[in-house]
This record gives sequence, C-alpha cells and structure tokens, in this order.
Amino acid sequence: MTVADLQYGQKGIIKDFTEHILPIKLLELGCLPGNSVELLQIAPLNDPIYINLSGSHLAIRRSLAALIELEIIEETQAK
Amino acid sequence: MSKNINVALIGNPNTGKTSVFNQLTGLKQKVGNYPGITVEKKEGICKLPRGVKAHILDLPGTYSLNTTSLDESLVVELLLNKNDKDYPDVAVVISDVENLKRNLLLFTQIKDLKIPTILVINMADRMDRKGISLDVETMERKLDTKIALVSTRKNTGIDRIKELIADYKSISSKPILDTSRISPEYFERLKSTFPQEDLYKLWLVITQDVNFMPIEKKRIQDATDFSTKSKDELKKLQHKETVLRYQLINNILRETYKVDFMAAKGLRASLDKILTHKVFGYLIFFAILLLIFQAIFEWSSYPMDFIDENFALAAEWIKNTLPPGVFTDLLAEGIVAGIGGIVIFIPQIAFLFLFISLLEESGYMSRVVFLMDRLMRPFGLSGKSVVPLISGNACAIPAIMATRTIENWKERLITILVTPFTTCSARLPVYLILIALVIPEGSFLGLSFQALTLMLLYLIGFGMALLSAMVLNKILKIKSRAIFMIEMPTYRLPLLKNVGYTVIEKTKSFVLGAGKIILAISIVLWFLGSNGYSDDFQNAESIVAERIENEGLSTYSKNYVQNNIDAYRTNAKAEGMAAGAIQDSIQILREELSERAVAQEIASYKLEHSYIGQAGKAFEPLVKPLGYDWKIGIAVLTSFAAREVFVGTLATIYSVGSDEEETIQNRMAAELDEDGEPLFNLASGISLMLFYAFAMQCMSTLAIVKRETNSWKWPMIQLGFMSVFAYIMALMAYQILS
Repeated sequence: MTVADLQYGQKGIIKDFTEHILPIKLLELGCLPGNSVELLQIAPLNDPIYINLSGSHLAIRRSLAALIELEIIEETQAK
Repeated sequence: MSKNINVALIGNPNTGKTSVFNQLTGLKQKVGNYPGITVEKKEGICKLPRGVKAHILDLPGTYSLNTTSLDESLVVELLLNKNDKDYPDVAVVISDVENLKRNLLLFTQIKDLKIPTILVINMADRMDRKGISLDVETMERKLDTKIALVSTRKNTGIDRIKELIADYKSISSKPILDTSRISPEYFERLKSTFPQEDLYKLWLVITQDVNFMPIEKKRIQDATDFSTKSKDELKKLQHKETVLRYQLINNILRETYKVDFMAAKGLRASLDKILTHKVFGYLIFFAILLLIFQAIFEWSSYPMDFIDENFALAAEWIKNTLPPGVFTDLLAEGIVAGIGGIVIFIPQIAFLFLFISLLEESGYMSRVVFLMDRLMRPFGLSGKSVVPLISGNACAIPAIMATRTIENWKERLITILVTPFTTCSARLPVYLILIALVIPEGSFLGLSFQALTLMLLYLIGFGMALLSAMVLNKILKIKSRAIFMIEMPTYRLPLLKNVGYTVIEKTKSFVLGAGKIILAISIVLWFLGSNGYSDDFQNAESIVAERIENEGLSTYSKNYVQNNIDAYRTNAKAEGMAAGAIQDSIQILREELSERAVAQEIASYKLEHSYIGQAGKAFEPLVKPLGYDWKIGIAVLTSFAAREVFVGTLATIYSVGSDEEETIQNRMAAELDEDGEPLFNLASGISLMLFYAFAMQCMSTLAIVKRETNSWKWPMIQLGFMSVFAYIMALMAYQILS
C-alpha cells in the first residue's frame, strides 16, 4: 500500500523507511515515518494527487506517491 | 551616526514574508538583482524605535537550507559568508501559524548557524478560526528566542518586530540542536581537521549540491588528512538531520501548540472541490482568462484613448508655442511622440499584473498548476510551466525569471525557449492598432469580432509555445531527474496593498527599463527621418513643385482635399448655409487645402529620401512579399529592438511626413498603397499580426535568456528560428489572403 493507492477519504500513516530514495524536499515538508497522509483531491486527469501530509498541503505526481509506503488508519465511507 | 542594523527576512514560500517586508519598509524599498544572476533582490529601510534604522533584505522563499535551486542557494550563501556586506546582524524567520512545525525546521537550521534569530508567527488572525492555541512564553523559552505574533492583514504585531530588531543584541545566538548528533564520528573528524571552523557551517558547505563557494569546498576536499563521504552516505545523513530536527520540534510543539480540529473550519476543502473540479475547474480557469483579455482589450481602451489624444495635443501645443526650429521639432516629433509610445502601455501592463498578482496572492495559481500538470506533460512540461507561460502573456522577461521554480533543468530550458511565443504585452499595441484598422466591427455571441481576433492571437501564441515545447522535448537530449511537487496554500483574500505594490513595481520597471530603449529609438528615428545626404533630399521643394506642375497632385493628396471639402459641405448644409456662400468658402478652403497638400508632399518626398527612407527602400524587396511598404518595413526592422517600438516608429515616420497632428490610427488608415487602396487591409494586417506573433523581437528577452542559460547559444537559436518561422507564416498569410 502506498500513497498512490489512497482512495478518497482514506488516511494513512507513513511506514518506517530505510531506503533513501525519497527526495529530501519531501522529508522537509513532513514526509517522515509516523506522520499521517490524507488524500484530498485527484486532478481531473487522475494525476497529480493533492494530499495533506501531516499538515502540509501538497500536490505530487502518482509516480512519486508510489514511493511512499503507508498503513491505512482511517476509512471514512466515501462514494 | 551608527551603522544600520542588517536584517534578513527568511521563510518558507506562502508565509506572507513579502507582506511583512512591505509593512516594515513601506515604499522605501528597492528591487534589483543580485550581481551576475537574475535572482530578484528586494531591500528596504525600516525606521525603528529610538532613532535606529534597519536595512531589511527580503530573501527568496525556501523550505530549508538544503538547497535545490538557485534562489535557495543564495540564502545559504549569504548566511555562510560573514564578509558579505548584507550578512545579517539578526535573522527574522517568518512562519505562518498553520504550518508552524514545518517552518520551524528552517528556524532551527538558521539558529544553528549562531545568528541571532527572531521568530515571527504570521497570520495570527487565523488562529481562532483554525482552533489553534499557542503558549508563546514557553515556546520562547524552549526555542531560546523572541517571538512576534503578527497579522499583516489586521496590521498587528509589526511594532513588536521592530522592537525586537532594535533590541537584537539581547537575542540569543546559541545553537538549538547538537548537530554532531547527525554523525558523531564524522563531525569528530571534521573537528580535528578544521579546529577553527564552525562545524555546522562546514556541514552545509559539504552537503550542498549547488555549485557555490568553490573555494571553501575545495579546501575541504584538499585537506590531506580528511576524507569526506560518498554522495549517498551524505544524503542519508541529511535525512537523519531532518529527522532529528523534527524530533526536537515535535517535543517543543507538544507542550506549546494545540489544535482543536473540531473548532477548525475553512474554505479550503469546499473551494478546492469546485476550483479543481473535472469540469468546473477548467471552465472557471477559462472564464478567468477570458475576463483578463476583455479587461485588457476593452477596459484599458478608455485610459489609452485619453493618453493617445493628449500626447497628440501636447505635441501640437509645443509646435505652436515654441519658436520653430530643430529643437522644437525634436521635442514634439521625437521626444513627446516617443514618451507617448511608452505611457500608452501603462493601462494594459497594470491590468495584467493586477490579475496575475491577484491570482497568485489568493492561492489560485497553485490550483492552476495542479489542474494543468497532466495536460502539460505530453509537451515535456509540467504544471509549473503554466505560471511562466501565463506570465509570458504579460512580459517574457519576468516569465523567464519565474522559470527558476522549475527544478528540472530540461523542463526549465524548454519553458525558457518557448515562452517568447506567448503574447506579451508589447505585442498588444501592435495587435490593437492593427485589429482596429483591419478587423470589421460587429459581434458574435456578445463578443466583438475584434475581441475574438485578439483571443485567437493569444491562442495561436500559446499553441505555438506548446507545439515547439513538444518538438524540443523530442530533440533535446538532456538527462534531468527532479521531482514535481507544489504546495497548495490556503485560500486568502488578496491584500490590496501587496497587489498594489506589485502592480506599481512591475509597471515602473517596464517604463524605466523598456521605456529607455523605446525613447532612444524614437529620437534616433526622428533624426534619421529628418535628415538626408542626397541631392534629392536637399532639393525636395523644387523637385516636388516641378512634379506637381507637370502631373498635378498625387492621388492621396487629391483624396485628402476632396474628403475635407465634402465634410465641410455636409456640415455647412446641415447648418443651413446658403448655396452661394458655400461655394465661395469652398473655393477658399480648396486653395488652403491644396497648399497644405503640397507641403505634405514635400515632407513625404523628403522622408522618402532621408536616411531612414533609403534604409527602408533597401529593405523593401524583403518585406514586399509580406504586403508591407518601406515604412512598415522600417517599423518591423526597428521592432527587433523591442516590439512595442512598431507603433511609435510609425507615429514618428508619419508625423514627420505630415503637417497635421492626427492620431496615429487615423494616419495609418489613410495610408495608401501603389494602387491607391488602403495599405492596411485584411491581408497585410493579418500578415503583420502573424509576423509579430512569432518573431523574436525583443533585445531584453534575449539578454535574459542569455543570463538564465548562461550561453549565447540558446538566445541565438531562438532569434534565428522564431524570426525565420515568422517570415514564412506572414508570407503565407499574405499570399493566400490577397
């Protein structure tokens, strides 16, 4: 399960990562193990996605989102 | 007098840093460039309590001291260089209250450089609405600093910043994180090799990717008994640094920063649902664009007409009031006409920057990036290229400078290369005057044909930019690995003050920057147009008199006389004048008009044989297939300095050739070609518009591209390709339409 797999209304917690493939920029914006990620919007053509990364509101492409592993913690019923 | 206190404003993007800067400095600010690079340098003076003054430097927005772009590396470079004249006595970190955690990352890094650092928490007026409560006192103690709670919107807290700056000596400059924890072993080695140095500074020098301070870096590499780590290892340690800092920050915030999510309410979610909607998102974006074009075309026409008429009046007044002579001519025909050609731009430029800064201030621009990213990808671009491309509709220069936010070099280069195709405001006067001349009045679905033509020209420019981006994406072999990521700021009502500053500043820089070129060219043109070396020029009076003796007046002059008489007759009849009296006064009028027509023919003969006329004649065979005469040829040629010169050049050429101070447009409409037909017709008009749409006619843009790409190769390719392409398109248009 990665950020790219999130559905509307789903929220996850970033898993511990040891691989240092993520750009440092993303870490600075709060992409650290234990922080939450929530999907807010998907762009009209399905990419990029708009997330709330522990308080930071960011748009990233799916290819990058697929690198961030997480665990689902909250599942509100979404249409 | 004591020295001013040097203050550096530092902060993440979208924290309202510029608002704080505006509040601190008021209009006492100066925008320039850092030497050698095009990063904008904003500085100003702020009066503090007790008669002290501070020199405030607004540094580019950055998320941390780990730099990935030129803008950001500038911040690090300044903070590491104690000898820089701008090196801050005190750093002011601006943070917004909602993203405090992330903002503190930068704060702790700066504090670890042992610079006294003040923390400004901006947008404090939002705290209630977001359910945020702060324990400022504890936070000050834990962060070992002084805090100012500020709302630039409500205008509170600014005095507190001023007091803190004035009292900067009492602010702690102790580091907050034990940076050796990043890697005890590595920092120990650093320490033994460079015992005199500050370790965290060295660490920053070592880890930055950007190529700054080569000497310092070299010193580290050259140290014989010290080996640095591989790039991968360093990157791992940078990750560790970030984690350590966040641990520290989380511990502090746990005690001092509370958010009651139940109390939080915001427009973000609901506005985002609409503004980034699959259908409405695009519709709204399109509607906003349409509104902008309507504003530029329709609304700005009133102040523009006003300016146009008044400059014509001013020129006439000078001619009638001052004693006749070379100086008066220079003033009326060269200088006043030239300045008029600059001032007439102001309404449109102001409107464009008004809209662009409104969109940016409100947070909408990021939504555009989000909406457009996927659409831009097939062209080798990303959503981030949309902002430069849209800004290019105002002016390519700031647009090309705006590409600096694009981390991916290939993407950035492509954006730089194609941006000049977008319809900058300098093309606008050319389009506007040609559209008014050759596109008929009338409307379609409530939009005038003229407005639709303008819109079409914008679309052509934009389309061409995208098309060439796609081609460049295939051709250019540049490997560049950078990620796409953009922050979506909270929606905010734009602050009129900030918008106002932007509009004034951009308009001013246009008038002073491009204006100088335009004025200089106008004066040179006036000189070249009113002097000549040939016998034909010297003996113009006798040659023309002889020709009129033999052949009579030219068709243009005959029409000129006849039209005026017809108008007079209609008028007189309407006023109920007797038929006999009309005949008599027409007789007198005819004589007067013929005299004037002769004077006009002499002037126009002189122009034809002046320096400029001869240059134009030599150039004519090249532009003839496009439907232009030698006068337009000159205007096109001089436009290679800057497009907007076109109208000014024609104004100068025509007013030199005529005694009347008509407005430019009427004068252009009266121009005839060899067959006595209007010179500006649909075919030649469209051909001209297409030429201006595609040609690279702007010295300033070429200079900027040279600076941004650091070579003459790219601007020269741009100049060559765009101009040849423009010629071909204009040629095809004229040949098909005529």
